[in-house]
Amino acid sequence: MEILYLLIPLSLVLVFLIAAVFWWAVKSGQFDDLEGPAYRILMDDDSPVASRPEGDGKGAVEQKVDLDQGI
Amino acid sequence: MEAQSTYNYKVVRQFAIMTVVWGIVGMLVGVVIAAQLIWPNLNFEPWLTYGRLRPLHTNAVIFAFGGSALFASAYYIVQRTCHARLFSDKLAAFTFWGWQLVILAAAITLPLGITTGKEYAELEWPIDILITLVWVAYAVVFFGTILKRKTPHIYVANWFFGAFILAIALLHIVNSAELPVSLWKSYSAYAGVQDAMVEWWYGHNAVGFFLTAGFLGMMYYFVPKQAGRPVYSYRLSVVHFWALIFTYMWAGPHHLEYTALPDWAQSLGMVFSLILLAPSWGGMINGIMTLSGAWGKLRTDPILKFLVTSLSFYGMSTFEGPMMSIKTVNALSHYTEWVIGHVHSGALGWVAMITIGSMYYLIPRLFGRESMYSVKLITVHFWVATIGVVLYIVALWIAGVAEGLMWRASNPDGTLVYSFAEVVKAMYPFYTIRLVGGLMFFGGMLIMAYNTWKTVAGQKPVEALIPAAVHA
Ligand code: HEM
Ligand code: HEM
Repeated sequence: MEILYLLIPLSLVLVFLIAAVFWWAVKSGQFDDLEGPAYRILMDDDSPVASRPEGDGKGAVEQKVDLDQGI
Repeated sequence: MEAQSTYNYKVVRQFAIMTVVWGIVGMLVGVVIAAQLIWPNLNFEPWLTYGRLRPLHTNAVIFAFGGSALFASAYYIVQRTCHARLFSDKLAAFTFWGWQLVILAAAITLPLGITTGKEYAELEWPIDILITLVWVAYAVVFFGTILKRKTPHIYVANWFFGAFILAIALLHIVNSAELPVSLWKSYSAYAGVQDAMVEWWYGHNAVGFFLTAGFLGMMYYFVPKQAGRPVYSYRLSVVHFWALIFTYMWAGPHHLEYTALPDWAQSLGMVFSLILLAPSWGGMINGIMTLSGAWGKLRTDPILKFLVTSLSFYGMSTFEGPMMSIKTVNALSHYTEWVIGHVHSGALGWVAMITIGSMYYLIPRLFGRESMYSVKLITVHFWVATIGVVLYIVALWIAGVAEGLMWRASNPDGTLVYSFAEVVKAMYPFYTIRLVGGLMFFGGMLIMAYNTWKTVAGQKPVEALIPAAVHA
């Protein structure tokens, strides 16, 4: 099982790399606000300026969010 | 309008359409091999035999269907959450055409019998090199876009996509280390049980990062967007991410229980598999609870039905998986149809369902429609697909347990009660139910293709403005 001498150190190096990225994320304030980002993706309005298809489809309308809500 | 003020939707559109196309192709091959198991006469030598079509099925559904969906959604989500156009349009176009070429090469070489023989890494070395190039370009486009983002925070979905892209790069390079002896033949750099361990270190993490982390990225964007509500707990989503990537890579040995792998390594794999239940269920609960207070939407919105059902199957297969990794259970389940049932509760229930829901969200937005052509057809698709998955996995649970019990049944004098052929014969009814379930799921994809066609035909491609650019 010499291969484990490759795979285990490789995995350990990975763990340290992941830990380093985690450290950077904490230090650089990525996790300072753990509420806002969830709302921010909803404020980004990605519904197209629409032309309605002639089938029965219209669903996308009701999911717009009030932009000032909860921030 | 200059290019920098709009998002690059072109490459997203291309990948989104190919998701539907490759879904149909891959699942058609799945249906064919399911039929071959019932009617061996359907094996047409030499190109269309089970042995050659099975890897074609796995490659087509995982890398062509799942891969296209991951490219499309990663490109869409990274742009929309970073308020930035893709880092490079040219490189993005290269990833699209390069990836299609990889798939085409797979579709030609596998039926010809050209294979490395390593599961989920069957493609021969010239194609491996192309995959590496495409993947490096993918990483450059994705992380380049993150770097030029206009928003300080990196949304959690991007973390999942980022981890998926990096992990697959590493796995592919280590596992595909091989020595070419001719244009279409190479030998693995590892031998014997070493090769098996590398293969399953790869195979397991491919499931973890390709079929799970990437699709979780999709989940954390499309579920809140479609529900119109923020994710239940953003804090939990961050914990989910870090816990998942720290534990996943240690669980690979559960694919090699009762093999020549040292016992301690098998036990280690089992323990980490059990631990994996926690972050997996945390994520599932987080996704489903996003709907709390808005459960009513589930009744009317078939896209949400797809997304929430996929999460339920995710929960189910991540409960089943740790159970199957317990050694005493694995002694029964290993090599049986149960594993195939587990695979498809993850693959059809989780991967395909979340993809389908996400594409129904995405496609109208990419082609300037308010919604898909027909919402009713999405509902029909949902029910056909759900019944299909349930038939598929329930049949194989029963088949798998029966198979395991029949294999191990012995007479008082130590001889086996059932010959191998008798066990195969007992599988026929379940193979037939599986085929029916598979046909239903496949039929659902045809409905999706029709609905997609009616939605996009004659539409002008959307050029979406980047918000910052609008205000500037
Ligand atoms: C119409 C739908 C489908 C049908 C009828 C189908 C059928 C099959 C069959 C018959 C096998 C071989 C089982 C065996 O060797 O006993 C198989 C294997 C497999 N399929 Fe599917 N499949 C479908 C969809 C999918 C999808 C969407 C995915 C992935 C996203 C997928 C992933 C796999 C994988 C990974 C294996 C290999 C499992 C293993 O080696 O343990 N399948 N499928
Ligand atoms: C906590 C999560 C999970 C654990 C601990 C787990 C565990 C397992 C175990 C023990 C096996 C059987 C190995 C054997 O006896 O041969 C297996 C097979 C498999 N699982 Fe999972 N599983 C998990 C989630 C998933 C998910 C979400 C998917 C998504 C599609 C998935 C896809 C597969 C595939 C493709 C195989 C078959 C590999 C092969 O033999 O070709 N698993 N898993």
